[in-house]
Amino acid sequence: MLIARVIGDITATQKHPSHEGKKLLLVQPLDLDGSHRGMPVIAVDSVSAGIGDRVLLVQDGFAAFTTVGLKIAPIDSAVIGVIDHIQLDLGLDAVAPEPAPAPAEPRPAAKKQPKKNRAQ
Amino acid sequence: MQLGRVVGCVWSSVKNLGLTGQRLLIVQPVKADLSLTGRAIICTDCTGAGSGELIYWVRGKEASFPFTDAEVPSDATIVGIVDELNLGKPRTEEHL
Repeated sequence: MLIARVIGDITATQKHPSHEGKKLLLVQPLDLDGSHRGMPVIAVDSVSAGIGDRVLLVQDGFAAFTTVGLKIAPIDSAVIGVIDHIQLDLGLDAVAPEPAPAPAEPRPAAKKQPKKNRAQ
Repeated sequence: MQLGRVVGCVWSSVKNLGLTGQRLLIVQPVKADLSLTGRAIICTDCTGAGSGELIYWVRGKEASFPFTDAEVPSDATIVGIVDELNLGKPRTEEHL
């Protein structure tokens, strides 16, 4: 399961019949420090989450279509809970990935060296 | 599922029998602001999507579930055509 934030919802008329009557949310998976983790995904909603909520996202097909009460369906992710609170006992330093190194400054242009004449 | 945009299609004559009659569409993943990103993939289709349309697609084992009887050997299938994407912001221009 992943922590994610709901950033939008989706309307689709033309779709697989198993998706009818289900709410489709656009959710952005998050790291523990709140930064984005990969691409946003579309998940079926089983808890009436809304835009801006932090949610629990499951990304296994079987778990996803069983939470919305289906036997077998082309669904690979679902929102299965709304997060109220996250407690990190060791602090963010212990779990957060190291910050990306600062971009290197552009090197000064190398001086052009005079071309050597090729021996004839 | 992921958002994507159909950018073309693929024809194949010599293929696994399970793919007979399936449309093979080239899908480019898109970000939440609808800009293209990542690498294009080829999807089967169960919705009748066409070129240029914003769709959502499913990846993995679930991609063959829309065609359960036919046993289609697919790992990516378009399962819906997006009509509207609501990001909870005041709309300044037409999304799609």
